[in-house]
Amino acid sequence: MIKFTQVSKRYPGGYEALKNVGFEIEEGEIAFLTGHSGAGKSTLLKLIAAIERPNGGSIVVKGQNVGSLKSGALPFLRRNLGLIFQDHKLLFDRSVFDNVILPLQICGFDHRESAKRARAALDKVGLLAREKANPIALSGGEQQRLCIARAIVNRPTILLADEPTGNLDSAYADEIMSIFKSFHQVGVTLLIATHDENVLRQSDGRRLLLKHGELQP
Amino acid sequence: MSNWLIQHWLVFLFTLRRLLATPVASLLNIAIMGIALSLPVGVYVLLQNVQGLAAQAAGAPQISVFLAKDASKDDVAQTGKRLAQLDDIERIEFVPREQALDQLKHSTGLADVIGGLSQNPLPDAYILYPKTADLKVLEGLRDRLQTWPKLEHVQLDSAWARKLEALLGFVRLAVLILASLLSIALVAITFNTIRLQILTKRDEIEVSKLIGATHAFIRRPFLYFGLLQGLLAGAAAWLIISLSLYLLNRSLAGLAELYASNFTLHHLSAGDSLSLLLFSAYLGWLGAWLSVSQHLWQIEPK
Ligand SMILES: Nc1ncnc2c1ncn2[C@@H]1O[C@H](COP(=O)(O)OP(=O)(O)OP(=O)(O)O)[C@@H](O)[C@H]1O
Ligand SMILES: [Mg+2]
Repeated sequence: MIKFTQVSKRYPGGYEALKNVGFEIEEGEIAFLTGHSGAGKSTLLKLIAAIERPNGGSIVVKGQNVGSLKSGALPFLRRNLGLIFQDHKLLFDRSVFDNVILPLQICGFDHRESAKRARAALDKVGLLAREKANPIALSGGEQQRLCIARAIVNRPTILLADEPTGNLDSAYADEIMSIFKSFHQVGVTLLIATHDENVLRQSDGRRLLLKHGELQP
Repeated sequence: MSNWLIQHWLVFLFTLRRLLATPVASLLNIAIMGIALSLPVGVYVLLQNVQGLAAQAAGAPQISVFLAKDASKDDVAQTGKRLAQLDDIERIEFVPREQALDQLKHSTGLADVIGGLSQNPLPDAYILYPKTADLKVLEGLRDRLQTWPKLEHVQLDSAWARKLEALLGFVRLAVLILASLLSIALVAITFNTIRLQILTKRDEIEVSKLIGATHAFIRRPFLYFGLLQGLLAGAAAWLIISLSLYLLNRSLAGLAELYASNFTLHHLSAGDSLSLLLFSAYLGWLGAWLSVSQHLWQIEPK
């Protein structure tokens, strides 16, 4: 489903964030990406979604070589991915509901069906009662959950989560993890970057450990 | 209604809301663009009116057909019949040579000189009053008549029409130049409005790209905005001209009474009005399109 072969990423300025990284994640697998701060976890996830481009090696996602994808094809790659960002990337000029429905509008979904799905996603993360609120009025943990609702609303086949439990106490973190597990059960492929020991202890699933941009065996 | 139509309708409503969200700025923009448009269009309207007025004042030009000296009475009658069959002619007047000489005697005061002539030097003539004032048609007609037998000379009294045509051509060119310049200004105004919008919508654009929006999707609301603003500017220009014509006509009414005429200025025709709206909408769209192509690709998600 996701295959890295000898991937390297150098940021402008010369810093080498990833060096010769290779791994493969099978369809329906759940894997955890760990490592110290600055190890390159976010960079790796961004490469999968083609938010950053690799300097070497190949990245294949669902049979497509992401590194050489034309910019016109990017939107259609990203529609298959559910992205949960470390910095949330919520829009504060609209309601919680409008944030969640955005991916469906982008795909040109039927309006009534979209509204139904958006409410279902909000319900899943326990934010249905706040649908009319502005995201700015939500707590850090609630914003995190809103971000998850937006990522799952168009039922992606691959879910990439960057520190999804970063701002949550352990009760909420457990809740989030159980949401992820339910997605795992219906066959969604998950790659979760985290250094939350709690999460790692409670979940079985492959670990990918990064250290200064290199994948540890 | 298809889903595709609903999508566009929603974008349209969204755009309208965006326009109404900053009413003062939108209104000022539309006013500036409307005024800019109303200048060339206003001159065009006056031009149309003057053209009609001038034709009315001058009357249609005439064509004088002088017969050859050796034309017999039969030839004259024959020519008269053929002339009567022409399409573009309203009315024909026959001026026999004797009458022409009489007129010359009385009008010039050369009675003595003319009285001393042993024979009448003037030919029989027909005067044609054409239906049209179109110079091209009349010149074509003259050229055709010149090939007829037993005619000495065909004369189109078109000097005046020519001068008017030249003057109107000059004004038309001026309108065209003005319209071009102000069209560019209109495009520039929209370009800048959209540029500012893109800057304030940076987050939205970035997030939309991250979750799979195509360029077309991101561009659409901005293009709609430009289109709508252009359309409203066209409507504003139309209203400005309506108001101006109303005021001018009111003061003309007094003037016309003095001259016992009932001249009023006419507004743009329905077709011209529609063209104005479509053209201004197109200019708005163009400005938005240029702006979006220029600025959107610069926003890449990180
Ligand atoms: N846009 C960028 N330009 C230059 N350097 C960057 C850029 N983004 C990240 N880096 C560098 O690349 C390295 C890896 O960054 P990355 O964000 O992938 O780390 P991370 O493992 O996600 O860390 P954290 O756990 O703190 O989120 C860091 O040293 C960072 O400074
Ligand atoms: Mg990170």
